[in-house]
Amino acid sequence: MSEIELHEVSHEFSTPDGPFPVLDNISLKVPEGAFTSVVGPSGCGKSTLTRLISGLIKPTKGSIKLGGTEIVGPKPTVGMAFQNPVMLEWRSVVKNVTLPLEIVAPKMPVKEQEDRARELLKLVSLEGYEENRPSELSGGMKQRVSLCRSLVHRPEVLILDEPFGALDAFTREELWQIMHSLRAEEKITCLLITHDLRESVFLSDEVIVLSDRPARSQYRINVDLGPERSLDDLYTPKTTELLAVLRHQIEVAQGRK
Amino acid sequence: MEMRNNLVRKVVVPLVAIIIFLAIWEWIVWINGWPNYKMASPSDLGPSFWKYRVLFLEYGWDTFWRTVAGLGLSVLVGTLLGMIMGFSRIIREGLYPLLVGFNAIPKATVVPVIALILVGLDDLNTVLIAFLISFFPIAVSVSIGLSTLEPEYRDILRSLGASRLTIFWKIALPKTLPEFFGALKVAVTLAFIGTNLMEIVEPHGKGLGHLFDSGKINADYPLMFSVLIALAFLGIVLFYIVVALERIFAGWAERE
Repeated sequence: MSEIELHEVSHEFSTPDGPFPVLDNISLKVPEGAFTSVVGPSGCGKSTLTRLISGLIKPTKGSIKLGGTEIVGPKPTVGMAFQNPVMLEWRSVVKNVTLPLEIVAPKMPVKEQEDRARELLKLVSLEGYEENRPSELSGGMKQRVSLCRSLVHRPEVLILDEPFGALDAFTREELWQIMHSLRAEEKITCLLITHDLRESVFLSDEVIVLSDRPARSQYRINVDLGPERSLDDLYTPKTTELLAVLRHQIEVAQGRK
Repeated sequence: MEMRNNLVRKVVVPLVAIIIFLAIWEWIVWINGWPNYKMASPSDLGPSFWKYRVLFLEYGWDTFWRTVAGLGLSVLVGTLLGMIMGFSRIIREGLYPLLVGFNAIPKATVVPVIALILVGLDDLNTVLIAFLISFFPIAVSVSIGLSTLEPEYRDILRSLGASRLTIFWKIALPKTLPEFFGALKVAVTLAFIGTNLMEIVEPHGKGLGHLFDSGKINADYPLMFSVLIALAFLGIVLFYIVVALERIFAGWAERE
């Protein structure tokens, strides 16, 4: 009931110089409970894709369905996290996490909202930081808070727009593992936009390569590493081969090959 | 030891500086033998305050509430204007030249105009000048705060179907508070100047400005200087009221 389905979606922005095509005839499907990554050259329209799926903008052509129903606007069954963790500096960590509940479930008692937030914060090892101010956290910790916030209202679909992009390599790998444990606890369908090929392979069941703008889906590959993954899996011959294929496809997408 | 050092630095040193300043002032008046119709000395101020104590309280209150009323109007109109300009680019671009032009007019020249238009309505025209002189920084800071809000801030709530009003209330407004209070600190000083401008340029028998004016007419230097000191005191009180409000509502923006 919560699969993501894009059918022949095209999108263009109107500019003073006429229409500016960003996405060209993209069809893709993320089955319920699956994790799909979208990679592609920078500026190819990946972020536009997330805004379309979350209902923030409407596609020029084609249809987007969540769980079989066409999207007409923003839906509370969607969770989003961005590269910028957007912390509300005037709120404590736990209050940052409860924010979506205040919109989606305003009648829910504050105590319950906070309990749910604390449960998630514990999952991402931020127990003990609930009452801290965001300014007291590191970049990786803020991103973990942001992940909790995107999940607090139990969305069916999670859209991640390069959430680990601005982190250092070690923190990023740590967050990949946290993402794995979150997935084990919270049943969600996930679409990740990323630049990082290793990240896409480590986290997802399927990777889709988009071409340069206007983006078309140019290549897709299954990642059959199974549900239990460790960082060591990234250094096996099998994944090395997968990564090489993806790298090649990105270069094709950029028109370099 | 640490606390004693702090006490010395924050209380004793400034106090010594004030005493030295007053002593030099007293000495200059004394060495020149200036009488009270020529120049006041610090030792004249006490008696002057005491002599006019009722007037100081009454007129001081006038000046205080008019400034606060003008500033309140500024906050209301400035925030509203800032909100409109912050949310609509067309309105922002349309209003900006007008506002900048208006702000460029020296307000001392507006005082007689307002006084003439609203002749007899002394409280109203004083409050109006305090308002006119002080709303600009508030409008600008609120509009900049809102228009520079990163799109992700809006998107985290918009993607959940939140209304514009909710987004404003939960995110845009609190996020703009530090800028708002920065502007309010400027505005409170300006409003105070506005009130005094009206009271001094168009005297109408109220406010500390009027007391100053009557001191001027009678060449009563001790009274004039007493008024200046009362004004400084009132200005400081107003400023620190704003600082206290800032601590309460936007204290989170301060970093150690």
